[in-house]
Amino acid sequence: MQHTRTSIQALRPFHHQHASHCESGVMSAIVRHYGLPLSEPMALGLSSALSFAYLPFIKLGGLPLVAYRMPPRAIIRGLQKPLGLTMRTETFRTAAKGQARLDALLDDGKVVGLQTSVFWLPYFPENLRFHFNAHNVLAYGRDGANGDYLLSDPVFEEPVRCAAPDLARARFARGVLAPKGLLYYPDNRPTEPDWHKVIPAAIRKTVRIMLRTPVPLIGVRGIERVARAVERLPTGDKVPQSKLFVGHLVRMQEEIGTGGGGFRYMYASFLEEAAAHCTRPALGELAGELVEIGDSWREFALAAARMIRDRDPFDPGRLAGLLRGQGAREKDFFGRLERALA
Amino acid sequence: MDANEVPQEGNTTLGGQRKAMYARGADGHIGIVPSRGWEAEEIVTLQAVEELERLAADAHRRVSAGTASALEYHMYKARMDVTLLSQVSGIWAWRVRRHLRPEIFARLRPALLARYAEALGMRVDQLKRMD
Repeated sequence: MQHTRTSIQALRPFHHQHASHCESGVMSAIVRHYGLPLSEPMALGLSSALSFAYLPFIKLGGLPLVAYRMPPRAIIRGLQKPLGLTMRTETFRTAAKGQARLDALLDDGKVVGLQTSVFWLPYFPENLRFHFNAHNVLAYGRDGANGDYLLSDPVFEEPVRCAAPDLARARFARGVLAPKGLLYYPDNRPTEPDWHKVIPAAIRKTVRIMLRTPVPLIGVRGIERVARAVERLPTGDKVPQSKLFVGHLVRMQEEIGTGGGGFRYMYASFLEEAAAHCTRPALGELAGELVEIGDSWREFALAAARMIRDRDPFDPGRLAGLLRGQGAREKDFFGRLERALA
Repeated sequence: MDANEVPQEGNTTLGGQRKAMYARGADGHIGIVPSRGWEAEEIVTLQAVEELERLAADAHRRVSAGTASALEYHMYKARMDVTLLSQVSGIWAWRVRRHLRPEIFARLRPALLARYAEALGMRVDQLKRMD
C-alpha cells in the first residue's frame, strides 16, 4: 500500500531522552523516533547550528540579543537536507485551531514538535520562567482522563505533563519570536546519510559562519564586538546596569540550555563523533581543543559571576580581555578546523 | 571539562532538576553528564530575577503612594516591561506608558482593561488592585 503523507508510523513507543538544548533535543528525538539513531550533538553539528551573534539593536528586556548558536528553527531546517527529511511546519491564527490540529496529529500516532514560551509552562522552575518564546518541546500523547498533554521537554530528565489551557497559552504567547502555535513533524522517514559528505559540508558551513560572515556582529568578529561593548561599560553609579549586561552574557552562555561553554562542549562531542563516522582522526584531536575553549568560556563566566556578587572588584577591562582571548582562540581554532578538512 | 568536574553545587534556581552538560567521561568520550547546577549560573539567574523583583517592589511603593497605576506593578510582576506588554497586548507603547498613570488608568474602558488582563494572564478585578 502506498504511504500517504501523514501515515509514517514509528516502530516503537516514544522514548524520552535528556538533552542540553531544546531544539537539538527535540529534533534528535524526532529523528530517532522514526528510526535513525541520532545524538543531540550530531543534530547540532549536522545543522551547522553553532555560532556567535551579538545584535545590540534587538533588545530583550532592555538587554541586547546575544546568542552562541544560530537563530531558532535553524536545526529544524538544517537537518532536512543531510537526512533527506521533509519537515512540515504549521502556524495558526487561533489557539482553538492550533489545539485541534495538534490533537488530530497525536490521534494519528505522530510525535509533534511545538514552539512555546517558557514563561507560561507551569512545570518549569519559577526562577527560570522568563519571557522567552522559542522553547521547543515534543508532544507525544494526551492523557485520556484529564486531557493533559504528555510532553517530552528535552531539558528535563523525565517526561512532563501540561494542562491544555496552559499549553495553549505557551504556544500562542506574543512578542519577540512569537510562536503563533508553531508545530512541526516529519513527512517521511530520515535516511542514513553518506557521512563522508554531509559532515565535512556541515563543518565548512560553521567555519564560514564563524570566520567569514560579512557582518561584524556574527562569528568571531561578534565576540570581538562584545568585548569592545564590555570594555566600554560605564562604572561608578551605573555599575548595577553594567553588571546586568555582563550577567546577561553569562546567562545566554550557561543557563540557557547550551550544555556548558555556550554549546562549545556539545560541538566538541559532535566533532568526536564525526571523527569516527568519517574516519578523520584529526577531528577528534580538534574536539579536545574545543573542550579547552569551552573551559575558558566557563572561566569567563566564573570571573563575571564573582564580580556581580562583589567577591572581586567590577573590572570591565579584565572581562573584555578574557572575551578578546576567546575571540582569538576561536579564530585560530576554526581556521585549523577548516584546514583539517582539506 | 571532565565528568568529575561537572558542578553538582545544588543550584536553587533549577528547582531540584538536573540539567544535561557535556563533559569528557572516564572512557575518554564526550557525553552527557547530569548536573545539579553551578554557583556561577545561580548568581546570574538570581541577578536577573532580583532585578525584576526590584522593579516590581519599586512599582508597589509608587502604587501605594498613588503615583503609579496598579498596571505598572502587575506588568513587572509578570516579568514584563512596557515594550513587551505593548507587544503582548497589542496596545501602542505610548498608550501603555500613559496607562501607568493612576488617574488615567482609573478611567480606562472595560475593553482595554480586559486586554491588559488577558495579556497578563489575570482577571480584570485582580488587575485593578495589588495583592
